[in-house]
Amino acid sequence: MSSIAELEEVARKCRVRIVDMVYNAQAGHPGGSLSEIDILVALYGTTLRVDPKNPSWEDRDRFILSKGHASPGMYAILAEHGFIQEHDLTSYRVLGGKCQGHVDAKWCPGVDFSAGSLGMGLSFGMGSALAARLDGSQRQAYVMLGDGEIQEGSVWEAAMAAVHHELGNLNVILDCNGIQNDDFCDEQMRMFDIPKKWEAFGWNVKIIDGHNMSEILEGLEFLKNSNQKPNILIARTVKGKGVSYMENNPSFHGAAPNDEQYALAMKELGVA
Amino acid sequence: MMVRMAATRDGYGDALLELGGNQRVVVLEADLGKSTKSLHFRKQFPQRTISCGIGEQNMFLVGAGLAASGYIPFASTFAIFTERGFEQMRNGIARPNLAVHVCGSHGGTHTGTDGSSAQSIEDLAIYRTLPNVTVLHPCDDVSTKILTKQLVHLNSPSYTRTARNKSPVLYDGREDEIEIGKGVIHRDGNDAAIIACGILVSEALQAAQELSLEGIEVTVIDMHTIKPLDEALVLDVAKKCGKIVTAEDHSIIGGLGGAVSEYLIENYPVPMKRIGVADRFGESGESEEMLNLLGLSAPFIAEAVRKLLNS
Ligand SMILES: Cc1ncc(C[n+]2csc(CCOP(=O)(O)OP(=O)(O)O)c2C)c(N)n1
Ligand SMILES: [Mg+2]
Repeated sequence: MSSIAELEEVARKCRVRIVDMVYNAQAGHPGGSLSEIDILVALYGTTLRVDPKNPSWEDRDRFILSKGHASPGMYAILAEHGFIQEHDLTSYRVLGGKCQGHVDAKWCPGVDFSAGSLGMGLSFGMGSALAARLDGSQRQAYVMLGDGEIQEGSVWEAAMAAVHHELGNLNVILDCNGIQNDDFCDEQMRMFDIPKKWEAFGWNVKIIDGHNMSEILEGLEFLKNSNQKPNILIARTVKGKGVSYMENNPSFHGAAPNDEQYALAMKELGVA
Repeated sequence: MMVRMAATRDGYGDALLELGGNQRVVVLEADLGKSTKSLHFRKQFPQRTISCGIGEQNMFLVGAGLAASGYIPFASTFAIFTERGFEQMRNGIARPNLAVHVCGSHGGTHTGTDGSSAQSIEDLAIYRTLPNVTVLHPCDDVSTKILTKQLVHLNSPSYTRTARNKSPVLYDGREDEIEIGKGVIHRDGNDAAIIACGILVSEALQAAQELSLEGIEVTVIDMHTIKPLDEALVLDVAKKCGKIVTAEDHSIIGGLGGAVSEYLIENYPVPMKRIGVADRFGESGESEEMLNLLGLSAPFIAEAVRKLLNS
């Protein structure tokens, strides 16, 4: 098991990869990749039972990046763990590349769910959790959702159904960065008390700081509780975390840095 | 001569802004107003702009409710995400014949590096199956603007596909020729006819130029209205040219090629070829790369004409 300092260093390296990918492609989604990455680093580094040498191992835990536009974050952690090679990252958004614009299981080893259309991953995760139970397996399903994404009605269909079916092996991590595509969530669609909504649906709920590694680890521990309710970690995060001008800035939901901005990002991320 | 380049989604945004003077016009968004270009209307007419969050199904039926109360709603998102609300469109909009105007931007594979999840190549086909629904897919910003403005006079629902990326502008100075339901002839020839829509109209014109150097003269039609199809024009060119190629950045199943062949097979069968995406999904790539990868660009259209002439 990695120490907190080690995980934080992996997260820093992943942030560099994220900015590199989006800069090279001059397109893509840095904001939501930088907000989710600390959680992905902890999940892959301490919890997820997967095998890079056998990415389609049948009894692996499933990780579903439902907010599939935040693919640079996922590619960064897949490269860290050897599912793909460092040089594959240059194929982000490039014709024929493993790193398609949105995570795609057909193209990239280690990707369990082909995403890109919001609001679909929780239902898929529920199917994965049901299959695990039918198989008599202890394997877990983890689903990463965005806070804009949960405005999709289908998310709540799945949220209700997972409780009805008592899927304690279904785990959501909600990246609450307060921003969606056009603007701040509060401008687009106020969601008021998000934790209360999930509690009302019958989920086990825990709120964490999504950039504090020890809180993230505590949160992942919380997901291991063995009652019959599905679990959700509500992670308070900062969109664009780690690059000053991207932080909490809706314009960097889906935009690439220019040369000058790139240089500044690299400096801030400790690249000489 | 320098060709002006523009994106059809900008034509949509401009049209909404000009329609804003009509107090009955309302705009519905699903967190993609910056992308579909309804953001200009929002800025000018915030009271009549309704944010539906990331909830396309809700947006469509909110539109239906507004239309049933005398408003003229324009709802937009990416073409692909309109498809999530298809049944809402079918049962809640088309069936009661409510004049909700849906615009799907970023249509087709031309949308590029977002990859297959974002590339709608079935939208024209599915909306075309719905009674009462007019289906438009304009080729440039000028015609998009004019057609969108004409929609307010239509007392029935519509679907318009626009594109993310720029393409050559063909209608500067030809604004008068644009009318819902009427195809436009851009080039005249007797050897074959290319009936195209959207991004592939300019590719078809390029193909025609190439063929002309070989002594092959083709008619090129911009069929911006997929439904109702301009059957009179299709019949005319079928009789005149005897050979038809259709071209669209869309599945070869059910779109413009489907519409034209369905009509001709019962009325005036002629040899045909359909240029379109051959029953597969797209992938990440630049617009031009996609058109080449999937066999949609000018050289493929020209080759289809040659093959037809030699068969
Ligand atoms: C069904 C659907 N509608 C619209 C979109 C376009 N879109 C892509 S990302 C995004 C905003 C997502 O916001 P959020 O879930 O908060 O993600 P994050 O902030 O983590 O990037 C939107 C509207 C989509 N991908 N899918
Ligand atoms: Mg968000």
